[in-house]
Amino acid sequence: MLLREAAATNYFNLVPWVVFFPVLGILINLLVGGRLREKMIGVIASLAVAASFAVAVLLALSLNDQHAGTIIAFMNLEWISIGDLHIDWAFRVDTLSVTMMLAVSGVGTLIHIYAIAYMHADVRHHQDPTRYRRFFVFFNLFIVMMMILVSADNYLMLFVGWEGVGLCSYLLIGFWYDKGKGGANHLDGISNALAGKKAFITNRIGDFGFLIATFLMFGAFGSLQFDTVFTKAPFASQGTILAITLFMLLGVAGKSAQLPLYVWLPDAMAGPTPVSALIHAATMVTAGVYLVARSHELYALSSQAQNIVALVGGLTALFAATIAVGQFDIKKLLAYSTISQLGFMVAAVGMGAIVAGIFHLVTHAFFKALLFLSAGSVIQGVEAGHHAMEHGSIKESKHKRGEHLNEGGEFDAQDMRNMGGLSRRMPVTFVVYLVGALALAGIFPLAGFWSKDEILAEALHLHPAVFVLLIIAAFFTAFYMTRQIWMIFFSKPRSRPAEYARENSLLLTLPLILLAVLSVFGGALNLPFWHTLTHWLDYTLAEGAKVGSFNYLVAGLSTVLALAAIALGIFLYGKRYQAQAKLPAAQRPVDPVQPYLRGAFTGIQHKWWIDEFYDWLILRRYVALSRFLSYRFEERFWHDWLHDNAIAGSFRQTAHFLAQPVDLGIIDGIANGLGTISQRFASWIRRAQNGFVRSYATWVLAGMVIILGYLILR
Amino acid sequence: MSLNLIFFLLLALIAVLSAVGLLASRSALYSALYLIINFATVAVMYLTLHAPFIAIVQITVYAGAIMVLFLFVIMLLGAEHIGSLHPQRWFLPLALVLGILLLAEAIIIIFTQPNLLPEAQVISSDFGSPKAIGELLFNQYLLPFEATSILLLVAMIGAIVLTKPEKK
Amino acid sequence: MVAIEYYVILSAILFTLGIVGVLIRRNAIVIFMSIELMLNSANLAFIAFARQYNELNGQVFVFFVMTVAAAEVAVGLALMVTIFRTKHSIDVDQLSSLKG
Repeated sequence: MLLREAAATNYFNLVPWVVFFPVLGILINLLVGGRLREKMIGVIASLAVAASFAVAVLLALSLNDQHAGTIIAFMNLEWISIGDLHIDWAFRVDTLSVTMMLAVSGVGTLIHIYAIAYMHADVRHHQDPTRYRRFFVFFNLFIVMMMILVSADNYLMLFVGWEGVGLCSYLLIGFWYDKGKGGANHLDGISNALAGKKAFITNRIGDFGFLIATFLMFGAFGSLQFDTVFTKAPFASQGTILAITLFMLLGVAGKSAQLPLYVWLPDAMAGPTPVSALIHAATMVTAGVYLVARSHELYALSSQAQNIVALVGGLTALFAATIAVGQFDIKKLLAYSTISQLGFMVAAVGMGAIVAGIFHLVTHAFFKALLFLSAGSVIQGVEAGHHAMEHGSIKESKHKRGEHLNEGGEFDAQDMRNMGGLSRRMPVTFVVYLVGALALAGIFPLAGFWSKDEILAEALHLHPAVFVLLIIAAFFTAFYMTRQIWMIFFSKPRSRPAEYARENSLLLTLPLILLAVLSVFGGALNLPFWHTLTHWLDYTLAEGAKVGSFNYLVAGLSTVLALAAIALGIFLYGKRYQAQAKLPAAQRPVDPVQPYLRGAFTGIQHKWWIDEFYDWLILRRYVALSRFLSYRFEERFWHDWLHDNAIAGSFRQTAHFLAQPVDLGIIDGIANGLGTISQRFASWIRRAQNGFVRSYATWVLAGMVIILGYLILR
Repeated sequence: MSLNLIFFLLLALIAVLSAVGLLASRSALYSALYLIINFATVAVMYLTLHAPFIAIVQITVYAGAIMVLFLFVIMLLGAEHIGSLHPQRWFLPLALVLGILLLAEAIIIIFTQPNLLPEAQVISSDFGSPKAIGELLFNQYLLPFEATSILLLVAMIGAIVLTKPEKK
Repeated sequence: MVAIEYYVILSAILFTLGIVGVLIRRNAIVIFMSIELMLNSANLAFIAFARQYNELNGQVFVFFVMTVAAAEVAVGLALMVTIFRTKHSIDVDQLSSLKG
């Protein structure tokens, strides 16, 4: 009753508030945050996002009544109007954008709440509590930018949000910019900053693609407004569409960490864990998927483009999944898993299975946020154990404890080899982690099962090659998650800090529990035979959504594969790991799968040397070119020869000639003569400046008399 | 010669003589007193020119308040005796010559420009009455009138700030 | 009614006397008074012309001139007190630090 009444009126006009509420949060925290207690800052930021979520819910209710949605021009503000280019600040409210708003602000709220507790400990761990406020300002800014991105009504406004989230990502990856040990270049103290830089620059390559696509669009259609572009697109040439879509794909690859631009995402884990969860797993990285979904009418016009997008997604899914198997860092493993899952989504939207892609985007936001936050909980638990040990009564040498140290030579609380047996120390975290992992692995009836199966089922009849890639990736997914669960939670603790780990407070675990519930029931959004989400999105996607029938074969196959992978994982990490642990250090393999994979494992462990390859292919060439330009070209040719000899030499001779006879003789003579004259004149007229105010007044009067006299005599 | 003209010439004579006295007296105190006489004379002329309101203002504000302020400062500083002669000898004659030239030019302009001075218009009986001036002031000149209040406030603040003893 | 020429000439005489006063006197307060004299002569011309033209605006203008003069006197005398405090004199010829 109440709902119906509420829905009868339409709340579309509220849409600017999804952006303004977080802005309000930022302003409050900036202006008075310095005087508030730490918890209040977090509460304000969380409330701002929660209010945004509430607005999104109202919008969804309104949309339930008026499916077509609307475009709200914000105060009729014209943003840019140059020549033929007219862009307004307008918000687009339709089922797709509102779905994204709900996912972003919903998951965002939970992660904000989690961050209240997490950052409390994190700022103390890094010994700079003053950055607590900064964190929440950045975090809210991110929500602002993400909301601008999803509510944009044209490509340029979308680009504003796109760049904005990139900026927030950069700021938050490098949040501890003066910390961070080790890293690729072994530069102490700035590896976090380097990671941020890497993310930013890699994204810049993608953004370049996006910009080119935007320019091409303007050139071809004379507008950047979504509807205008889509109505004019069918009349454009194939080549134009292909160019636009492929350049856009470059942007997607940058933001959504697809091949070949995915390399920044694993390094982005240098940011605090809530950042990894919100930005680098649940929301920002899915912007690329959203972009393709939003532009699906363009992609639908070019089967080649669709093909390429789907292949990029499929390859990324498999490629990243293999790397994830060899990771020991709890967050890096999840990062590669994220890349892999993004590959699933990109493949889905590339094939034209938009709904499946968005469905997976939403469920993935639930369980990947859950996994990251739980990982954060594990890290803090282990860190707490480490802290208790360092400052407690137990004193042992580090090497005796058999810890795996990070490259800075310190205890690494993120290394899974330092964990084990945490299920008893951290029961809540264990349960929610298990839920998240099972959802990711695609076990019936958790959220991941439904969404992944929908992608696989669509792939089977739309693009069989991608189907093969994806199902293998799904197998790996189940395997590496089993590996991770076992290494963290089962068997005996492998380091002393793990023995002293403790469960975190309720404030930290409550969002985890809520996300776990969502991960369990999230699949209900789009169950087979009901297709709630499909019908919902169909109002926007029009031709993009096809109601696929539930494919028992695919569901069965993927479940069997997942179960097989889990069984294999349990065998390797439950049994073999314990057995190998008893071997002497020299004979002990790095990982239980190493003896089976041999060389391939080395490849996995080194992430297939992609970073090194890029370093060799791009960085070295670039440095060599710079060197050539600076030494050969700049120094020798430009500086030594051209400047020093050709220009400077002749100049010097001319100058000498000009200096001696011309300058000293003629010019100086004139100048000095003028100087002497004016000096004499000045010293004479200087007497008028006697400082007596009355004499000045007399001169004024004299002037007045003279002028009047002239006027009379004229 | 009409009675009006005689009366005017008498007043003009007093005004000019008091102005000369202002210039010539050695004591600043006497100068101030001469100036008061001058102001009062001019106020009487205002009355003959149908400006009773302005005449009263002239007496109360000018000859009253402002001149009291002058006298007060002169007493306060105790600096009424300062020689009037300029150290440079040629200065006084130059000033006088220039002054006479200016006056001469003004008179020439007055008498050689026939269109400059209009014929007297017929005026109504309440011309220059406080009521008429008030109506003009509060209707047409309301904004300038309010602006002068700000000006006076600023002057007041300025005077306070300037004369405030300096803090060490 | 006396002809307006008389008033204007009287005004010119008073104005000239004011100027001469400014030029020949060294006492800053007397200079100040001379300035008041000049303002007053201008006021006289205004009132005379107001009568002549049957225009009350001239009188209103005089009113404003008086207000401004009052403000000017207040600030000017305050300045003089300040100058006297630092220089112990109000002889304008001693205030010649502008000498070039």
